[in-house]
Formats: sequence, C-alpha cells, structure tokens
Amino acid sequence: MTTRDIVFAATGAITALSALLSVTTRHVVHSALWLLVSLGSLAGCYLVLGQELVGLVQLLVYVGAVVVLVLFALMLTRAPIGPHAEIATPAWERAVGAVLGAATTGLLAALLLPLFAGVTVDLDGGAPGGTPAIAQAVFGTWVWPFELLSVLLLVALIGAFAVSRLVLRREEDSTAVPGEVRR
Amino acid sequence: MIHLQLPAALAALLAGIGVYGVLARRNAVLVLIGVELILNAANLLLVTAGSRPGAPFSAGPVLTLFVITIAAAEICVALAVVLVLFRVTGAVDLTAVPDLTDEPDAEGELDADAQPSSPHAPEPELRGQVSS
Repeated sequence: MTTRDIVFAATGAITALSALLSVTTRHVVHSALWLLVSLGSLAGCYLVLGQELVGLVQLLVYVGAVVVLVLFALMLTRAPIGPHAEIATPAWERAVGAVLGAATTGLLAALLLPLFAGVTVDLDGGAPGGTPAIAQAVFGTWVWPFELLSVLLLVALIGAFAVSRLVLRREEDSTAVPGEVRR
Repeated sequence: MIHLQLPAALAALLAGIGVYGVLARRNAVLVLIGVELILNAANLLLVTAGSRPGAPFSAGPVLTLFVITIAAAEICVALAVVLVLFRVTGAVDLTAVPDLTDEPDAEGELDADAQPSSPHAPEPELRGQVSS
C-alpha cells in the first residue's frame, strides 16, 4: 500500500458511499446533492490517478452543469421536499434491482480484477499521458471525432429546443381548435 | 505508485450502484441519476486503462473527455423529454401509464403525488390498457 493507494481508497470510499446514498435516499433533492458529492469526489479520484485535465473537466461539466440541470429539472417537475415514499419502486422490484446490481458488480469485478492484478503505475513523475500529450492527441489523432462532437452538441441543443417547441405548438392548436387534431 | 486494481474495483462498484439506481426509482429524473453513475463507471474504467504504461494515442483520457461531452448532450435531451412528459401528463412517474391521446380534454390534470383520484385522472384499473 503506497500513499496514492491510501488516498485513492479514501476518495473512492467517499465516491461509492455517496453514490449509494444518492440511489437509496428518500429525499428527492438529497439524491441530486449526493450525486454532486459522488461526482466531485470522482474528480478527486481522477486527480489521484494523475489525470488533472479529466478531473477538472469532470468538475466543470458534471458538477457545474449536469447536476445543476438535474436540480432544475427536479424543481420544474415540482419535486416534493422532504422524505417521500413514492419515488421508489415496490420492495420486490428494489430487491430484484439490488440482486441485478450486485450481479453487475460481481461480473465486472470478476472480469476486471484479474485483468489489473499486480499492475502498478508510477505516477510520481507525472502521468504517462499528461495534459500536453492529451492536447497533441486531441488535435492530432482524434481531431475528426472531436469536430463531430461539436456537431453532436449542436444537434442536442436544437433537439432539446425542438422537443419543447413541438409540444407547445400542439397544445396551442388543440386549445384553439377543440376536437380537431393538427400537427 | 498506485495499484490499478483499486480503480477497477471502484468502477465495478459504481456500475452496480447505477444499475440499482435505474431499477429502483420511479421518478424519471432519479433514473437519470443512475444512468449518470453508470457513465461515470465507464469513465473511471477508461482513465484506469489509459494510465497503464504503453497505452497508445492517449486514448484513455481523450475518450473520457468525449464520453463526458456525450453525457452532457444526452442529459440535455433527456431532461427536455422529461419536462415535456411532465407538462403533458402532470407527473414524471415511470410506472404510471400516461394518457397520450390527442383529445384536448384528456391531457393534464394527473398529479401523482397530490390527488391520484382527481376526476380526469385515469383509473388504476386502466393501467396497462391502450386507449385510442
């Protein structure tokens, strides 16, 4: 056990515990807030693994944008404040979900742990793929997927806008002309 | 120096927790939280595999950045769909069967947590049937 192992075990324990709390808590808003803790400490895990850029992007995009979007969606769908039993499926479905989740963990662990058994990386002189290497790779090898990602973001933006606009217009039509369905 | 078994085990754990979160929630936004956990397990596995010595093209961290971007686009569209579902049916409960017909008097009014037996709400016996 080296120092990095101990630090990673601590941040990983925080990540796993807060993820577990975010899927089991009865408070709707607490679920999103525990997700924030989990994703933030996962950014710490990336830092321990020596990937500063990935950790910072995780902080910016996930903690800064995705969790805020989830909180906005919870507010806009009138999420109840306080403990609420109606957000979880019945007990037998949760039992099946727990069995399936444990099976997923067991399957992945049985596959991955022998794969990484005994593999150690010396990160004290900087990660092998540091930020300059990532920049070289993004604008060299991966430049066309990178450009496609910008198109994907544009399509997602327009798609989200179109979804909301489409239904708005149909609601107006249906209120303006009752009994007649227009598209 | 770090043993790579620890992040691999954490990735497996996060994926299992995410699967439980998808299966154990009825609120659509909370199902998305489980999806985010599964995506983060994949990201952690990519970073772990990319930090092995000799990984070509910096593929681990670069693909992690790509997956983060795709996840942001995905949750943007998914939350738009969830908000439209809430506006049309009045609830984001995934186990209730919403009334998706186009009649003007058939939409709205269903508020799952406030009054499940309001006059325009579909009766519990109608669940599972397709009304046209």
